[in-house]
Amino acid sequence: MDDELDDLYQEIILSHNKRPRNMGPLEPHSHEAEGYNPLCGDRYRIYVREGDDGKIEAVTFDGEGCAISKASASILTEAVKNHTRAEVDAKIAEALELLTAKEEPKVDLMTLGELAALAGVRKFPPRVKCATLAWHTLASALKDAGTISTEG
Amino acid sequence: MIPDSVRDDFPILSRAIGKKPLVYLDNAATTQKPRAMIDTVSRFYEFENANIHRGVHYLSMNATDAHDRARERIARAIGAPDPRGIVFVRGTTEAINLVAAGLAEEIGPGDEIVLTLLEHHANVVPWQLLAQRRGAVLRFAPVTDAGRIDVEGFRGCFSDRTKIAAFTAVSNALGTITPAAELTRIAKERGATVLIDGAQAVPHGRVDVAGLGCDFFAFSGHKVFGPDGIGVLWGHRERLDAMPPYQGGGDMIERVSVEGSTFRQAPERFEAGTPNISGAIGLAAAFDYLEGLGLEALAARERALLDYATERIGGIPGVRLLGPDDTREKVGVLSFTMDSAHPHDIGTILDTEGIAIRAGHHCAQPLMDRLGLAGTARASFAFYNTIEEVDRLAEGILKVKRFFD
Ligand SMILES: Cc1ncc(COP(=O)(O)O)c(C=O)c1O
Repeated sequence: MDDELDDLYQEIILSHNKRPRNMGPLEPHSHEAEGYNPLCGDRYRIYVREGDDGKIEAVTFDGEGCAISKASASILTEAVKNHTRAEVDAKIAEALELLTAKEEPKVDLMTLGELAALAGVRKFPPRVKCATLAWHTLASALKDAGTISTEG
Repeated sequence: MIPDSVRDDFPILSRAIGKKPLVYLDNAATTQKPRAMIDTVSRFYEFENANIHRGVHYLSMNATDAHDRARERIARAIGAPDPRGIVFVRGTTEAINLVAAGLAEEIGPGDEIVLTLLEHHANVVPWQLLAQRRGAVLRFAPVTDAGRIDVEGFRGCFSDRTKIAAFTAVSNALGTITPAAELTRIAKERGATVLIDGAQAVPHGRVDVAGLGCDFFAFSGHKVFGPDGIGVLWGHRERLDAMPPYQGGGDMIERVSVEGSTFRQAPERFEAGTPNISGAIGLAAAFDYLEGLGLEALAARERALLDYATERIGGIPGVRLLGPDDTREKVGVLSFTMDSAHPHDIGTILDTEGIAIRAGHHCAQPLMDRLGLAGTARASFAFYNTIEEVDRLAEGILKVKRFFD
């Protein structure tokens, strides 16, 4: 169990938790959404600024939650910056595959960058929704679909 | 003093989680079950199972008798003068919903219902639904920073429009024991109907519903070492008989014709359909077990654990205990936060040590809002926990600090 715990709380996760990147509101922004996990109370707002060239110029997040949800949101903001919408959609799909796959996730850990640090979450089923919350929220922001809510 | 060997009465306590022996500190969520209770339920299904009230045959009559005896046994356990004031329900939640539905006709627009900020959602949401339906208004009595009900603030919530007051006897999130008898007196002076949420009180010592002076009292079997899916609404007979039925069906009627039906009195009026027969019998067996050990002795053991845990855990730098400082104002609940770690991360790390606690808002979001917290970590003790388990909890918390400090 301790090895799995070390996988879950890797240095990268702990560092993003202690010093979250891109935290705070983003002005101006073109998209935003709130994500809420009613069971544990994690709540984040994600702000996106899309450039005229269709690339994501900046993403920030704001809110409160556990180390896993906060690190996941912080990693997300860095992972999607300067990418096109299509690339971001692919990244969201990749992150959700990494976090929720029933079998070994079909992702290339080498190309994932810091996102790979979230791979350990899969071994802790009660924590999966902590890690996916920011990604679902980003997807909702890009679709201008408003507040999303996950339970568990 | 009851020795640690009392643990041997609880089969689950000897199991391991991964390679670590289980340390079960989530007793406020549900309690573990003594062998005597499990055996009683098994015996019912193996030798005695039949439906009640319906058969002229031997097994049915026997099951009906056993069910009636369970009602009497439970009435005795909580100081109910009349077993017919014991209505079997699914649990505290259903009991409160039953009363909220039953009182709906008595509530009109502008009428007021007094609750407190200490309540479990089960004692908030049914009243919100009632208030929405009838145009009534909810008043929440304030809670102090230390998690006590502010009695003067409670008194100040009443007006000539107050019809109902509902409050808990013990906070599930903090363990605070509320002055339930005094609150009842205040509410009764203002003519309110009083419901006490006893879900967290019955597990921790002798309860005397008649002495409390309330109209209704609710608790759940699974929190008092009994089965889940069974609970009790106790009510004054006259109050119960004055309420309309909750659900319709068999067993609750006097006579049914195509023109309409007439209903039996309490408790049958509120017990439509085949009830949880084994649950009632199991709950009675749980009280037999507890009283066999002695409720005072059990409470003393739990208090010793709480005193030790308060010293030991409260002394860890970066840990903040919530609720009253004086353990005599609390049952065996240690609700805490850590400067460096979120409650969920605490819960996950403790789980890898085989330690089961609860992390989150504990279905008490109005209280969390009041205290300015998203949630807490909560270790809740039962008499079968040990000093060694408190030490393991302390070591687990030190492990959390190694990750997060
Ligand atoms: C104070 C309090 N009230 C009500 C409930 C609801 O009990 P149940 O879920 O058994 O209906 C609980 C259970 O957590 C509780 O602690």
